[in-house]
Amino acid sequence: MSDAKPRTSAKICGMGHSMKRKEDPRFLQGKGNYIDDITLPGMLWLDIVRSPIAYGKIVNIDASKALEIDGVLAVLTGKDLEAYNLHWMPTLMSDTQMVLPTDTVMYQSQEVAGVIATSRYAAADGVAAVEVEYEPMKPVIDPFQALEDDAPVLRTDKEGQEDNRIWHWEAGDKEATDKIFAEADVVVREKMHVPRIHVASIETCGCVADFNPVEGHLTVYMTTQAPHAIRTVLALVAGHVGLSEEKIRVVSPDIGGGFGGKVPVYPGYVVAIAASVVLGKPVKWIEDRMENLQADSFARDYHMDAEVAADASGKIRALRIKTLADHGYSDAQAAPSKFPAGLFSICTGSYNMENAYAEVDAVYTNKPPGGVAYRCSFRVTEAVHCLERVVDTLAHKVGKDPATLREENFIPKEAFPYHSPLGWEYDSGDYQAAMDKAKEMIGYDDLRREQAEKRARGELMGIGVCSFTEVLGAGPSKDFDILGIKMFDSAEVRVHPTGKAIARFGTKSQGQGHETTYAQIIAEELGLPAAHVQVEEGDTDTAPYGLGTYASRSTPTAGAAGAMAARKIRDKAAKIAAHLLEVSEEDLEWEPGTFSVKGAPDKSVSIQDCAFAAYTNLPEGMEPGMEATNYYDPPNLTFPFGTYICVVDIDRGTGEVSVRRFVAVDDCGNIINPMIVQGQIHGGLTQGLGPALFEEIPYDEDGNNLAGSFMDYLVPTAVETPAWETGHTVTPSPHHPLGAKGVGESATVGAPPAIANAVVDALAHLGVTHMEIPIRPDRVWEILAAKGVAK
Amino acid sequence: MIPPQFDYHAPGSLEEALALLGELDDAKVMSGGQSLLPMLKLRLASPANIVDISRIPGLDSITETASFLRIGALVTETALEESEVVAERYPILLDTARVIADPLVRNRATICGNVAHGDPANDHPATMMALRAQMVATGPDGERVIGVDDFFHGLFMTALEPGEILTEIRIPTPGSAGGGAGGNGLRSAGEQSGGAYIKLERKVGDYAVAGAAVQLTLDDSGKVARAGVGLTNLGMAPIRATVAEEVLTGARLVARGGFRGAIDKMRDAITRAPDADEIINAAAQAAADATDPVADRRGSVEYKRNMARVLTARATARALTRAHTPAGG
Ligand SMILES: Cc1cc2nc3c(=O)[nH]c(=O)nc-3n(C[C@H](O)[C@H](O)[C@H](O)COP(=O)(O)OP(=O)(O)OC[C@H]3O[C@@H](n4cnc5c(N)ncnc54)[C@H](O)[C@@H]3O)c2cc1C
Repeated sequence: MSDAKPRTSAKICGMGHSMKRKEDPRFLQGKGNYIDDITLPGMLWLDIVRSPIAYGKIVNIDASKALEIDGVLAVLTGKDLEAYNLHWMPTLMSDTQMVLPTDTVMYQSQEVAGVIATSRYAAADGVAAVEVEYEPMKPVIDPFQALEDDAPVLRTDKEGQEDNRIWHWEAGDKEATDKIFAEADVVVREKMHVPRIHVASIETCGCVADFNPVEGHLTVYMTTQAPHAIRTVLALVAGHVGLSEEKIRVVSPDIGGGFGGKVPVYPGYVVAIAASVVLGKPVKWIEDRMENLQADSFARDYHMDAEVAADASGKIRALRIKTLADHGYSDAQAAPSKFPAGLFSICTGSYNMENAYAEVDAVYTNKPPGGVAYRCSFRVTEAVHCLERVVDTLAHKVGKDPATLREENFIPKEAFPYHSPLGWEYDSGDYQAAMDKAKEMIGYDDLRREQAEKRARGELMGIGVCSFTEVLGAGPSKDFDILGIKMFDSAEVRVHPTGKAIARFGTKSQGQGHETTYAQIIAEELGLPAAHVQVEEGDTDTAPYGLGTYASRSTPTAGAAGAMAARKIRDKAAKIAAHLLEVSEEDLEWEPGTFSVKGAPDKSVSIQDCAFAAYTNLPEGMEPGMEATNYYDPPNLTFPFGTYICVVDIDRGTGEVSVRRFVAVDDCGNIINPMIVQGQIHGGLTQGLGPALFEEIPYDEDGNNLAGSFMDYLVPTAVETPAWETGHTVTPSPHHPLGAKGVGESATVGAPPAIANAVVDALAHLGVTHMEIPIRPDRVWEILAAKGVAK
Repeated sequence: MIPPQFDYHAPGSLEEALALLGELDDAKVMSGGQSLLPMLKLRLASPANIVDISRIPGLDSITETASFLRIGALVTETALEESEVVAERYPILLDTARVIADPLVRNRATICGNVAHGDPANDHPATMMALRAQMVATGPDGERVIGVDDFFHGLFMTALEPGEILTEIRIPTPGSAGGGAGGNGLRSAGEQSGGAYIKLERKVGDYAVAGAAVQLTLDDSGKVARAGVGLTNLGMAPIRATVAEEVLTGARLVARGGFRGAIDKMRDAITRAPDADEIINAAAQAAADATDPVADRRGSVEYKRNMARVLTARATARALTRAHTPAGG
């Protein structure tokens, strides 16, 4: 449970060292290489004409004025793509989506036509000059209305689609759960919406598509979190126009934030590729901020109706959740194929209960497609928000402190591996330890006393607790695939004669620091200094096949693969060491970086000596070289957890909520780089603060996006962000080769309910049990006014 | 996010700029460009010609004369923030500059541009109303002075004629303590004044949900001699809350016993007259009644009206404290 001292020296810098990030010198000097830094000879520009309306027929597209503009070369429409059968594409969830429409637009800002020009400026002028005539239709915006009998069927293009339901999914034993509810002492219920938000990464999406007509070879430089999967998808959908997988190279350069939003294929990419194939020239497409916010995949948008059954003392017996998922025009999530509602069935969280039942219905509406897992392992954020909110309602109902009620319901640490009622096997956990640490760090009891005093004076202060369990590292091949491709990941490690190494992975860092942490993993296992391990990802021509980086899966999958590949090399090195020291392998002792002879520690060789020998002085019959590959199929997912406690003060005049303190205690198993983990948690907390208090993409009844720029899509800045206080406990994963669990997303998942619970806690004595996020000042004020406490 | 084509002109003198504005068709003045460029990039404006006045020498000074603080056309928000005379004697201006956008924008954005833009969401107009500022417009026929009450005509509409440049803003100098005075620029001995601007925003850099600027001048008996109340983003134009000013004018907000006796050790706590809160609340309510907001992402009409009230009360209290803090600020 304690933090073990690093096994390696500071020179080797294996696990547990806060090594400075190897990628930072280039980022901090502005020397990163992002999509928009890539310029190819003869490159053309694509800009996109987008629909101003949410739903309607296209009567006519007149490109003649655009084509008169100097530098505008072509205007591509759906009809043009139809000639190549490229006007539709599959989503990763086996739904379909238009690339460009031939007759109907389905959401505001949908791509309608592509303008190709010799400069970015001419392309933009061309876009403004394309005249599109629409015949607007009444859109379906409210997902509940979408399911009503008289709602117009939106996806008339899909055979057999008779309503707007996409799918129904359920997990758990409904009957047994209902029975518990019928006999329970206490039942609490909250309806809540985790609203549509956007990943809003600093870098928008874009690509440079470069088709070489002579070789029939396509290179796509692209902002993608999953380059290999994208290449396979391209080969599958464009095979009929002559693109085959060995002639496609996808390169994902430096990425300025992905967060799940750079997993899907957007129409812009396809139009750029089509344009490059048609014109035989490289074509660049870079979205602007408004296009990014208005058209690219959103996240969340789950309407949940949650109930908890408990006994009179607050012991939780069962959970029941009914959910409506608004997917917009198409199910364009990027979840594992067998999990249409992602890993939502993690919704029983950190609590031991007899049974549970969860169901989700997904619907089409006239909004942009999506449902991406924004810094979230496929719907865990929604599940945790739902549970952690309704558990607070239970605490208030039975009159217990919300921390105490949680403690009384925790899955005890002896119960691991724990089988949840909805079918997960939690690998390891010690929830009470994280709770104890968080309470101690924040001074929980003193805060409760302060709150009571303030309440007596009429001041509004609240304390919110959230004890979440994450589920990540997708995933074991028996359950997890995307379009049939199993969700393993990979590493290829090659040690050069001088003892330096290159390690390539199937994942793709977007800021997570893989170049550092992966090097540290290799250092840990091989004893080579991490500084001597060059990490590469993102080029399908060189990196081993993998499913990419999202859902906190890199350390659990590719990180494990790196360790396993390094161990293979170490095994070979041991044989070489035995040969060099003229002893048998059994007589060797390993400590990171060195093999020595048992009982004669001065007789030793370094890993570097072994590497040199692998090329120069091999034992008889051994294959030369020092290289290994591992494709890692994880035996299980990993289940990090934590307790977050938040203190807020509410301004009775304006309704403003200020987060005074926020303590986050995380347990992500063994830690590779403590500084990077802390950075991930700081970033994640800030991205949890956003949706809790600021971020939302609302639509009016005509389907107009009301937060389509940073004027209204309110991403918190350093000014809004409190000074995060972080701590950790360490409960290693028993099945991961390094005992690590992954951490990239815990904080985004755990922060919103902690903040919401704190605000509700501040108002609980007024009879408030729930507040929808984002908790905007005007919403708080309206409650204060209604309760007669606004100043 | 790419502007339509335009021709760009960068005159080196005011005369040249005025001549260009006279000659060119469809020309727009640009100073900091922080409102104009976004409009161009969104293609909400597409002037054929841009006359960039930012390179004209001599327009970037902040000077205080006996009667006025004079802010030149090219004084940026950052320059205002860094000005000693502003920090010492016009804290309401500092309040205002500090809550506008972010440092990147403030490095370029000008006070005159902020006012000339005629956007009721901008912060300076309310403050200028509370301070009774005067706008100096320079056109082909020379200068004319426009009082702030006559300057704002509606959404993006001001008293400036095409071809005119707002070359200076004049703010009447304050009484003996910090904060501009309002009134005619002349003051009687023993007067004290203080002002404050308070803005409610959804996050830093946001335009105001609501904002209130209050400037008070107290006579030597401690009564409010003059009051200025301006409101941000609560109607189609910046609002001067005249009824609120009337409620405050003549009122005694400080306990008897003279200023010194009234000043508490604590900087922000003065001994108020027994009915001061009541008067301040009445003024704040009058300010709320003067608003005509629209419901949007920043809140409902009811919320915004109430914020006008809450912010006016808070700004009045702060202005009062400042009027009583001998060093100003
Ligand atoms: C991200 C962002 C956030 C912002 N937030 C705020 C905010 O919170 N509060 C706020 O008050 N403002 C805000 N602004 C606006 C900013 O303060 C503008 O800079 C200001 O409104 C205009 O000043 P400017 O010098 O940039 O004028 P410009 O953009 O150059 O011009 C604006 C308009 O005024 C005219 N004009 C400019 N100068 C003169 C002149 N001397 N004579 C005649 N006409 C002139 C122009 O023709 C144009 O119509 C924000 C701007 C940005 C980009």
